[in-house]
Amino acid sequence: MKPAPFQYHRARDVEGATALLAELADEAKVIAGGQSLVAMMNFRLARPGHLVDITGLRELDQLGVEADGGLRIGALTTHHTVETAPADRLGAGFEVIRDAMRWIGHLPIRTRGTVGGSIAHADSTAEWCLLAVLLDAEFMAHGPRGRRRIPAGEFFFGYYTTALDPDEILVEIVFPRPAPHAALTEFAERRGDFAIVSAAVDLATEGEDVLGGRVALGGVAAMPVRVPEAEAVLAAGGSFRDCAEAAAAAVDPPSDGHGSGDYRKHLIRNLIERACEEAMSR
Amino acid sequence: MNDTTGLGDDVQLITLDVNGASYEVITAPRRTLVDVLRHDLRLTGTHVGCEHGICGACTVLVDGLPVRACLMFAAQAEGARITTVESLADSGTGELSDLQRAFTEHHGLQCGFCTPGFLMLAQGFLAERPEATKEEIREVVAANLCRCTGYQTIVEAIDACATARRAQRAMGAEEDSCN
Ligand SMILES: Cc1cc2nc3c(=O)[nH]c(=O)nc-3n(C[C@H](O)[C@H](O)[C@H](O)COP(=O)(O)OP(=O)(O)OC[C@H]3O[C@@H](n4cnc5c(N)ncnc54)[C@H](O)[C@@H]3O)c2cc1C
Ligand code: FES
Ligand code: FES
Repeated sequence: MKPAPFQYHRARDVEGATALLAELADEAKVIAGGQSLVAMMNFRLARPGHLVDITGLRELDQLGVEADGGLRIGALTTHHTVETAPADRLGAGFEVIRDAMRWIGHLPIRTRGTVGGSIAHADSTAEWCLLAVLLDAEFMAHGPRGRRRIPAGEFFFGYYTTALDPDEILVEIVFPRPAPHAALTEFAERRGDFAIVSAAVDLATEGEDVLGGRVALGGVAAMPVRVPEAEAVLAAGGSFRDCAEAAAAAVDPPSDGHGSGDYRKHLIRNLIERACEEAMSR
Repeated sequence: MNDTTGLGDDVQLITLDVNGASYEVITAPRRTLVDVLRHDLRLTGTHVGCEHGICGACTVLVDGLPVRACLMFAAQAEGARITTVESLADSGTGELSDLQRAFTEHHGLQCGFCTPGFLMLAQGFLAERPEATKEEIREVVAANLCRCTGYQTIVEAIDACATARRAQRAMGAEEDSCN
């Protein structure tokens, strides 16, 4: 279908964009890569009266490791830019982020879709949202009242709902520390579809020993979640299999057209064990 | 501005660079790139299927990279280099490009509805990854839908084209070193 009529505004800077959003109030939406928004507009699931196009704001399209070891990613950086980033730009220990990109849709989606758009859209199985929750990312939001930093743990409220105000723009995502033994894996019915369940782990290791780790799941709740019960197994020196069993026992995934709750638990057991093994072999 | 689009809403003047030519179009902001290509510029080689990013029939190159032309408003493409399937064959003689010939030789199409999308997907992908393996090609073509061929012949066509281009480049390099 065709989208409903709207007025198009091209933002020249972040200040201008947020001022315009504030002025137009709930009539307006930001457009970045358009890979979620335009599909929704074509279906008329969204019909904003105004679009504020931020894709010209080159200052939001950067990627680099900071002196403190954190990885900073501008909101307009595309999935494809991250996927193809040279090692020195991405920084050692952030390979988990680069390797996760291949799970996002397909090449022509990744060439347009942005990191900021994924996080602001907040699909419960989006790879970026899962990585952010797993690795304690922080989001920098810019609004008419200035800038604020929002930790990933306080950002996602539920299905497609976040802490961003309607007149705020997500400008930057910071992954504070490298995660050399981390991995993300998932299962979808077809390559490139949103995952039914996605699993990600970040192991703390010393040589061959696992000292503990973080475990996060997508597709089991309204937003990506950490699973403390599974993390406790890792901290106590339990096996990857036991960690995966603990995760499946701890969550209560929904049943829908893509699979029952029990099927999702079956996926959790396999995917967490697989993610642990991949993370360990890095 | 006067509405010359029949869309019944505000219109704007945009300039698009398509296949190296510059076009001025008066159109409504809600017009997607694929609709402007087809309806305003009459470049109907780019097809349109699902209009929500699933089928890939609308794939074109924007600044050299494959994108879904149904998920981009034409206004957003101002300032970018747009390349469509019409650019592949020689505009003077009509001679098909090596990629198009590979699709013919390997039976990479039947009804042909999906073909422009697959051609532009492959064109953009091989430009970025000339060394692509057959496995990588197989993964990339999963981006687009084909209801006829079963994909095998499409993978073979793209792989054959990539192999031939590599051989040609190697020969060119050899000639250079002989001179
Ligand atoms: C066929 C297909 C398959 C896909 N598969 C996957 C997948 O497997 N995994 C996955 O994660 N995604 C998938 N996607 C979605 C894709 O990753 C999108 O890129 C992403 O969801 C949104 O990013 P965008 O830049 O395109 O944002 P847009 O579509 O432009 O915007 C999405 C929403 O975010 C808001 N927004 C965008 N940028 C900002 C910002 N900087 N600040 C504040 N608000 C902002 C917009 O107002 C809008 O509400 C798929 C899409 C398609 C079409
Ligand atoms: S028409 Fe664009 S992806 Fe189907
Ligand atoms: S050749 Fe008919 S859909 Fe691909």
